[in-house]
Order: sequence, then C-alpha cells, then structure tokens
Amino acid sequence: MQSNAALEYDYSLAKKFTFLTILFGFLGMLVGTIIAAQMAFPELNYLLGEYGTFSRLRPIHTNTVVFGFTVSGIFATWFYLGQRVLKVSMAESKFLMIIGNLQFWIYFVGALLATVSLLFGVSASKEYAEYEWPFDLVVVVVWVLWGIGIMGLIGIRREKALYISVWYYLACFLGIAMLYLFNNMSIPTYFATEGLGSMLHSVSMYSGTNDALVQWWYGHNAVAFGFTVPIVGMIYYFLPKESGQAIYSYKLSLLSFWGLMFVYLWAGSHHLLWSTVPDWMQTMGSAFSVVLILPSWGSAINMLLTMKGEWNQLTENPLIKFMVLASTFYMLSTIEGPIQAIKSVNAIAHFTDWIPGHVHDGVLGWVVFMIMAAIFHMAPRMFKRELYSKKMMEQQFWLQTTAVVLYFTSMWIAGITQGMMWRAVDEYGNLMYSFIDTVTVLHPYYVIRTVAGVLYLTGFVMFAYNIYKTMTAGKVLTQEPQFRTPMA
Amino acid sequence: MDIRELQGYASFFMTIFLVIMLYGYIIHLYRSEKRGERDYEKYGNIALDDEVTSTPIEDKPASQREYKEENK
Repeated sequence: MQSNAALEYDYSLAKKFTFLTILFGFLGMLVGTIIAAQMAFPELNYLLGEYGTFSRLRPIHTNTVVFGFTVSGIFATWFYLGQRVLKVSMAESKFLMIIGNLQFWIYFVGALLATVSLLFGVSASKEYAEYEWPFDLVVVVVWVLWGIGIMGLIGIRREKALYISVWYYLACFLGIAMLYLFNNMSIPTYFATEGLGSMLHSVSMYSGTNDALVQWWYGHNAVAFGFTVPIVGMIYYFLPKESGQAIYSYKLSLLSFWGLMFVYLWAGSHHLLWSTVPDWMQTMGSAFSVVLILPSWGSAINMLLTMKGEWNQLTENPLIKFMVLASTFYMLSTIEGPIQAIKSVNAIAHFTDWIPGHVHDGVLGWVVFMIMAAIFHMAPRMFKRELYSKKMMEQQFWLQTTAVVLYFTSMWIAGITQGMMWRAVDEYGNLMYSFIDTVTVLHPYYVIRTVAGVLYLTGFVMFAYNIYKTMTAGKVLTQEPQFRTPMA
Repeated sequence: MDIRELQGYASFFMTIFLVIMLYGYIIHLYRSEKRGERDYEKYGNIALDDEVTSTPIEDKPASQREYKEENK
C-alpha cells in the first residue's frame, strides 16, 4: 500500500447517494402527503386524470420512500461508514470506485424509470413489490454491484474485526437479496397465455395462499431488512461517534443481532392472521412477533444506555436529540407491532388505519429521523464545512416530532374506531353500521393526518435547505471534527 | 401425517434447536470473556477511533497485508 500520509477517505459516492436520499425523500413524502389529502378529500383524486388517482400514486409513495429514499440512505451511509470502520479508503481501489459509480448510475436511472412506470400503471400488483420484471432485473444488478462493493471493501480492510454496523449492512444485503428474488418470481402474461398477454405485464409464479405467504414473508421482512437492520447499523455507528461514547455493551449488540436474525424471518405470517393460511402458521407468526420485542428492545436499550452519564448532550446537541428520538420511536413501534400481532388484538386492528399508523411511527420517527441524523453528521465531514444552522435543526426537530405524534395518534383513534364499528352488532346479530358510516366518522382523523403530512414534509424541506446551505455557505472547516458535529 | 402437519413439527423442533443455539451463544460470549480469551467490548472503539491512519483495534495478520500490498 502507498504511504498513508496523503491517504484520505473518499466520500464522492457517499455524497452522490446523499443527494439521491434527499431527492427521493422529498418526492416520496410529497406524494405521501398528497394521497393522505385524497383520503380526506376524495375529489382531489380527479385533478390529473388517471395519473393523479390514489391507486396510481400510492405505489409511487411506498416504492419511492422504500427503494428510493431509504435504500439511497443505506448506500450513502455505507459508502461513508463502511470505509471508516474498516479503516480503508475507497480511493485505494480503482475497481471498487468503478463498481460504486456503476451502481450509482444504474440505480439512479433505474429508479427514475421505475417511478415513471408506476405512474403509467405498469404494476405487478403485489404490495411493495409493484415494479414489473424488467425493473426487478435492474434491482438485481444494482444489488449485486453493491454486494461486490461491500465484499471488496471488506477484502482490502485494515481493521480485522468487523464492527457491528458492518454485520447489519451485510444482513441487509443478504436479506433483501433473498426476499426480493423469491417474491418477484413471475412470468410475463405473454408466455402464460400462449401469446395473448403482454411481455411487460407479469403474473406471480405462486398462486392463492402460497402467493400470500411468500408475499408477506417478503413484505414483513422488507421492513426487517430495509427499515430495521440497516438503520440499527447506522445508529450503532453514528450515535457513538457523535457522542464520543462507545456502545454501552458490544456483547449485547452481537446478541441482539443474532436474535433479530433468528426471530424476524418467522414473523411475516402475522400479516395473514384470520385469513386462509394454516392456523399453526398464524400462531407461529403471532408468537415470533411477541418474541421479537426482546432483540428489538435489546438494541434500543443498548443505544439509550450508550448515552449513560452524557445525557447533557441531549440538550446541547440537536443531532443527539434526533438519534435518541429515533431509538425511542424504535422502541415504541417494536412494542406496538407485537401487540397488533396478538390474534385477539388483530381481530380489531386488521385492515384498519391503526396499521398505517404503526408503520408511520416506525418510518417517520425511526427510519427518517435516523437517516437525516446520519446526513447531518456526514455533511460537515463530506463537504468540509460547518452545519449551516443549529436553530433550523431545532425547529425542524420539533415540527417533525409534532407531525409524527399527530400522525400516529389520529390513526390509533381512527383504526380502533373503525375496527369497533365494523364488528358492532345489534341484539339480533345484525351489523350496526354500514361502511360509509365509518368513513364519515373517520374524516376528521384523515384531515389531522394530512396536516401531519404537511408539517413533516415542511420539516424535510428545512432539512434539505440546511444541507444545501451547509454545502454552499457553511463556515469552512480546516480540520475534520472527531466527535461532535460543528454547527452554526 | 400430511405435509402440513410435518411442516408444523419441523417448525417446532427447528425453533427449539435455534433457541438452544442462541442461548449457547450467550454462554459462549460471557465464558470466553471470563476466561480472558477475548475482550468483546474493545470492538466498540472501532467506531470512535476510525481515521484511516488510526491503528486498527485488531490488525490483520502481517502476512496477509504484505501479500495484498505486493499484489496491488
């Protein structure tokens, strides 16, 4: 290896993926807010003909926030912290740089085209797996390139031990690879109908109950390996680094890792409670979901205890605030999920608004907060400038926290009301309410959710502006900060 | 016994097996630290001391790195 004197970490890929994280985050959340408004005011469905309907926009919202925003955030943080914890620079390998850039461009163009395809109604009609097969192939190529990048960097590392975050990124890579391949197995309808169908449109290789089982094994584990595992990997690096405190218990982090790997994969069938899948499988999904509290809280408590003796930082450093709130929301959503997976609770919760309420306290409070905190931490190191405005960060924090609370509380009330009304019967056993009665009652909560969406989106725009100003107008740093991120 | 029942039993026994593995892992972690074979907590410092020029917490064996350097 050449002399280490001039050797520096190469953040070019981390920067590129950071830009995409912000772009896709804005797009995905904007569409989310629009469809929330459509739920409250259905006439908004007809503003743009077929292209503005809820059914077209909803897959764009989900896929853009999952495969656009979150995956970009995972890539950005990997290309930043992967180098740092392995103590090797991307600049040391031309090959890895070429692979990384290839990954970026194929991903960027592929993601844009895939989003447009959904707008035109090209959809495989499987929830969170709507991309048609040509885009699935692009996803596979991007994922393989990322895999080569990860393994390549690990191959040339200086640090022998793989830090816990690397384990989590590896699990994310392997988990998504396995899930995505199996769930998206499909045949173009052209071949399935001896030439009558289309080459672009496909049908799943599974059918009926099997299709449902594979779909929710995928759907739930996409949450596991996309929204949980890599985000835990992030916080295990960024919280210790920002606070200057090592993880409270490294052993607990290892144990929670294996616990999470072991338990998560079996919990997916809780999405199919009270449906036509074998009863033992429903019970298994329910039981494993409850057990899942242990590894989830193991990680979350480990994160909070990392701040032991240093809680003053919570008031002094808004970045710590973002991360502590993220881990608190992780705790909330990982206790809420198991509660919803208990069969008797699920009898009320299933198909109601409590479910999107649960998803959103997890993603808005945990995933997005953590990814934004990671970008706030990385920005001064990548652009060699101080963060533009601490005050704006504080304002953003409170605006978005209010938004998350409004979102999940309104959906809790809406969901439980809905569940109770659907099940209510009179003394003769007749249903007491028709569907439209529930819609009328839920209207105010849908309005509150829309307001929450607007507030959260506003906070995200403030975040994007703060990062933009950091890049262009932040005070230049002469030295890379070791722990606490400098901010004006 | 049909295939569904078999799947049910397979799931049950695999769960028991994996639970034993997991608890075995906890015992392994604590025992190897108690015997002084390994200090897991030092790995937490990898995130704190992460400059490209920092000394690795656990260096790769010299033979491996030299081999890599020769082949660059």
